[in-house]
Amino acid sequence: MSVPARKGGTTIRLVDCAKTFPNGTRALERTTLEMKGGETIVFLGPSGCGKTTLLRVIAGLESPDAGGRVLFDDEDVTGLPIERRNVGMVFQSYALFPNMNVAENIAYGLKVHGADAAQRAKRVDEMLQMMQIAELRDRRITELSGGQRQRVALARAIAVQPRVLLLDEPLTALDALLRERLRIEIDVLLHSLGITAAYVTHDQGEAMAIGDRVAVMNKGAIIQTGTPREIYYKPASAFVADFIGTMNRVRGTVVDGFLELPGGRVPWTQGGTGTLEVLFRPNDARIVPDGEAQLRGEVAQHFFLGDRTRLHVTGAADRVVVVETTEHREFRPGDRIGLRIEPDTLLKLRD
Amino acid sequence: MARTRYFYLQLGFTLLVCAFLIVPVLMSIVAGLTENFFVGVRSGFTLRWIGLVWELYAPTIFRSMYIALATLTVTLVIGVPTAYVLAKRPGLLTRLVEEFLVLPVAIPGLAIALALILTYGGFREFRTSWLFILVGHVLYTLPFMVRSVLAVLSSFNFQTLEESAASLGAGFWRRFFGIILPNVRSGIVAGSLAVVTLSIGEFNLTWMLHTPETMTLPVGLADSYASMRLEIGSAYTLVFFVMIIPLLIALQRYSTQRVKTTRHA
Repeated sequence: MSVPARKGGTTIRLVDCAKTFPNGTRALERTTLEMKGGETIVFLGPSGCGKTTLLRVIAGLESPDAGGRVLFDDEDVTGLPIERRNVGMVFQSYALFPNMNVAENIAYGLKVHGADAAQRAKRVDEMLQMMQIAELRDRRITELSGGQRQRVALARAIAVQPRVLLLDEPLTALDALLRERLRIEIDVLLHSLGITAAYVTHDQGEAMAIGDRVAVMNKGAIIQTGTPREIYYKPASAFVADFIGTMNRVRGTVVDGFLELPGGRVPWTQGGTGTLEVLFRPNDARIVPDGEAQLRGEVAQHFFLGDRTRLHVTGAADRVVVVETTEHREFRPGDRIGLRIEPDTLLKLRD
Repeated sequence: MARTRYFYLQLGFTLLVCAFLIVPVLMSIVAGLTENFFVGVRSGFTLRWIGLVWELYAPTIFRSMYIALATLTVTLVIGVPTAYVLAKRPGLLTRLVEEFLVLPVAIPGLAIALALILTYGGFREFRTSWLFILVGHVLYTLPFMVRSVLAVLSSFNFQTLEESAASLGAGFWRRFFGIILPNVRSGIVAGSLAVVTLSIGEFNLTWMLHTPETMTLPVGLADSYASMRLEIGSAYTLVFFVMIIPLLIALQRYSTQRVKTTRHA
């Protein structure tokens, strides 16, 4: 990668930014957020959760309601329109200019910024090299595949060395295999450039893989911000827990350092008394021989997923428990199995 | 595939319909080129009538051309930005504007002309100049330009294109001329051809609006049919065909091309 990295990157801060549309829709609740220089932060949530609005406020495509401020380092850019903020944008629909070929698309921003022909050609070559699309230089946009288009769109956005890169569901329009490949490329790219990046997606797998931090959003508000690991293993609310992967929710009673469930009991170290709602991930319940089992249940359904098998187990808890195992053995409905759950993988929500 | 009876039946029917439409055109062309139509082709062919048409009506031909070009200029300057605004701000107001724009197509030209005369007839200088006809033509053709550009604008996500251009530093005018216009070119070309064709052929409005000094080609045609011999009228028609048919062909070609390109994009 030959592009001079702007190490450090711009720190982006949103202060009290809310967004109400003229028709009265409250798309974004009052939000305060800091993105450290060079950090990739993923805004994750279901459609209509306000993640795209948030991105557009950072970009300058939407202005926050009165009182909100957007800062790039120490500069207040709230009043600046997008064309004067120097942000790079990548859209789900690529948004390449159909009246220009690949090289002209990449050179567009450079031209607008007043770079001369020689500078433009040099930079375009660098970008083509970096994105490994040198052979596409003179192609028309209509001759490119989706993956190629998104590479060109990335090259175009990065060519002008923006202060922040904003990606709005950049991989959603691509097929699964390509999505995975391009995701890795983008991840490597963002970190080698050291650019501050905001990445919007509804795909939790993508969010986990690409974000230094993930901000989970719902109904216009950020519910939890944290590293992918924190979000996954320490969800702050039931919404986060359910949105990120599968989560088992069971009800048990605390008795003498154990949590008693219909199918047995597991050690309990997190305090509390009486009946509790407790969460755990499907892969945190291990299938063990009967002698070591804490809980016992019966296989109700089984789904072979290739790299793992997912079981729906009844009898272990007050409702169906989802268990995932990488074991090769074949399970059948009606099989009796034993389960073991490590105490520290059990989760008690604050609410 | 073997051609069935139905194929020949359909072919025959199609040819019959074509003949029904084309034979009068051919008759008119022949009439304009024969020495004496009542005697028939036996009387021999001549270009005399065309020469005579040129002597009598050359100014109407040129007037029709420059009115068409002026109409085109005005509809471009008004119509393209109007289409852009309509596409960018879809709402009740813009819907109403769009409906209003289309009204002149539905209302008989004579009625519009009368309204124009009632309103502006008092301004003598304006009433007697070719600009009066220009106003009528712009009213009549503007919706064709707006609709044509609007159709292309709604066939792709131009707002996102503009946003990405803006993120790269381009201000409004730069985006409009560098991104929007080049990408709606096909709509502008199709709209332009429609406007020029309609303006050159417009009779209803113009017949009411014209003065003897501002006669256009179609009005001249009516004049010649009413007061000249049949051959002159036919020769005049021939001149009109020569002007309008290339435009019609271009229009046809361009609108089919557009369908193809929008499908690809």
